[in-house]
Amino acid sequence: MQMVGASPAAWLGKAFAILLLIIFVLFFITPIAWLLLAPAKTERQLLLDGPFALGSFSTLADNWQSLVTFQGGLIWTWIGNSAFYCLSALAITLIVSIPAGYALALTEFPGRRLLLMATLIVMLVPGTALVLPIFLELSAMKLIGNPLSAILPFSFFPFGVYMTYIYFSTAISRDLLDAARIDGASEVQVFARIAMPLATPVIALVAFFNFTGNWNNYFLPYVTLPGRKSPIQVGLAELLSNVPSFNPTSAGSTTISLSALALATLIAVAPVMIVFIFAQRFLVTGMTAGGTKE
Amino acid sequence: MTSATHSAARPTRGGQQAFSGKASSVERAQGRIGLAFVSLYTLLLLVFGILPTLYAIFLAFTKKGAFAGFDNFAKVFKDFRFLPAVEHVGLYLLVWLVSLVVLVVVLAIVIHSLGTKWLSTSVRFLYYIPGALAGASSVMLWLFVLDPNVSPVSFLLHGLGFNSFVETVQADRLPFTLAVIAFWTGAGGWIVVMYGALNNINGEVIEAARVDGAGPIRTAWFIQIPLLRKWIAYMVILSFAGGTQLFVEPRVLAQASRGVVPQDYSLNQLAFLYAFKQSDFNGSAAISLVLLVVALALSVFFVFRGGLFERA
Repeated sequence: MQMVGASPAAWLGKAFAILLLIIFVLFFITPIAWLLLAPAKTERQLLLDGPFALGSFSTLADNWQSLVTFQGGLIWTWIGNSAFYCLSALAITLIVSIPAGYALALTEFPGRRLLLMATLIVMLVPGTALVLPIFLELSAMKLIGNPLSAILPFSFFPFGVYMTYIYFSTAISRDLLDAARIDGASEVQVFARIAMPLATPVIALVAFFNFTGNWNNYFLPYVTLPGRKSPIQVGLAELLSNVPSFNPTSAGSTTISLSALALATLIAVAPVMIVFIFAQRFLVTGMTAGGTKE
Repeated sequence: MTSATHSAARPTRGGQQAFSGKASSVERAQGRIGLAFVSLYTLLLLVFGILPTLYAIFLAFTKKGAFAGFDNFAKVFKDFRFLPAVEHVGLYLLVWLVSLVVLVVVLAIVIHSLGTKWLSTSVRFLYYIPGALAGASSVMLWLFVLDPNVSPVSFLLHGLGFNSFVETVQADRLPFTLAVIAFWTGAGGWIVVMYGALNNINGEVIEAARVDGAGPIRTAWFIQIPLLRKWIAYMVILSFAGGTQLFVEPRVLAQASRGVVPQDYSLNQLAFLYAFKQSDFNGSAAISLVLLVVALALSVFFVFRGGLFERA
């Protein structure tokens, strides 16, 4: 009797769950779908046509042309800056964090627990909390406007050290390392021959979070690297001030159309989008959750 | 005896005397390599973690190099822009955190209950994608979404009575707008994290509950959510700390809305204005320090009390 009553209720529950999932798929995807279509439309089409009407390739080419000629190809300068800052920081991050995580997990040295605690605490402090203090410090060091003012702070990545620490403490046993030591391997050999060959997954993980986080970082480079030295995220906001629809007062000589701004946004996020698509399988498993568990 | 001076907790191979000389030299070598391996990281930690904090403390308690006690803080707190900024950020946090907790947990549980694997994977990925747009690019896209003239959801905006971008971003509804943007960008990542945590719940427990007659809602409420508690706390603390730092979203909205969204909407914007418009680094440091103390307190509390990192 209870079963008979439960059946329509269960059915309703299921229908409600599916509906909820669909509503949120629409919520998350609609803006992205719009962004993918917008650069192929004229500003007039954006204003008058339906939001998902298709544009044309020739319009896309026009918008592309107007964007890349804006101030002599400034957008490429910004993209180049982003690539330079983020890739340099990525290289330094890996060189710094992988050995550090290894040492914290598998060696004993004075101050190990203290360093681990400091890492955990700093890791949970949002990066933006330190931006103005770091700016004040860099400004005292006369480093404002120097690429190092982005690259070095970008390379300080306690979360990466923590991930590496967790990975090495679960993936490799100390006994294995001890066995190698008894066989006469030096400490450097132990790291290079046993730990490193097993480190690929965590290197990928650290690289992913470091690169995507830095590429999207706005606040720090906004204060330390103004103008032509800006990365693309800061440049994007700069472009905004040349869009008449949002700034009718700033009737500058060169302007950016809404469509070109949409295209610039798309270009700015493309590298991270591509990384996301390649990394999708590991992204959706919640591996980071499993990784920090127990 | 020689090896006892090292803190190394591990007993060295059965305490064989013959090995003790070798073991201690191995431990010394380990100590050396350990220190060498963490040296660069420690340097970065000092220069970009500890030092800026100390410098901010120094600036916040001094004026023109002389000790000023709490003068800078008093000045900042009395600033007519300070309390409204606290209120804005507080309201935004309230709206955002409540919706984040409720929706992330519900959506993660619903996705986890999906029987079809490819469907569950695809939904998670679709939810996650907006995470690729963070910072300025996310707000840039939302400028379009919030402008009824070009928005893909203009029917919704018109339905709510908003006929222009400026109307959509009126100050009284801004906490909601900012919460929607933050949710759109970040919720997918948390849903995936919760999903991963749900996967770690022993299937037999769920099965036992089902046999006992618990429906999906009772199972969620009495079994899954209590087991997710640690992760929910983690999410709330990180999001709270991050949310207090609100900067890029109101800044870009201020730029795009011709001042309808004020330049001093959030605390970090105010700190920014102190440093860059008023060249008052001491006042700026005072605000930054207040925000930093909040973030640090939450972080320390979580590391020592949250239980998430007990293995450390």
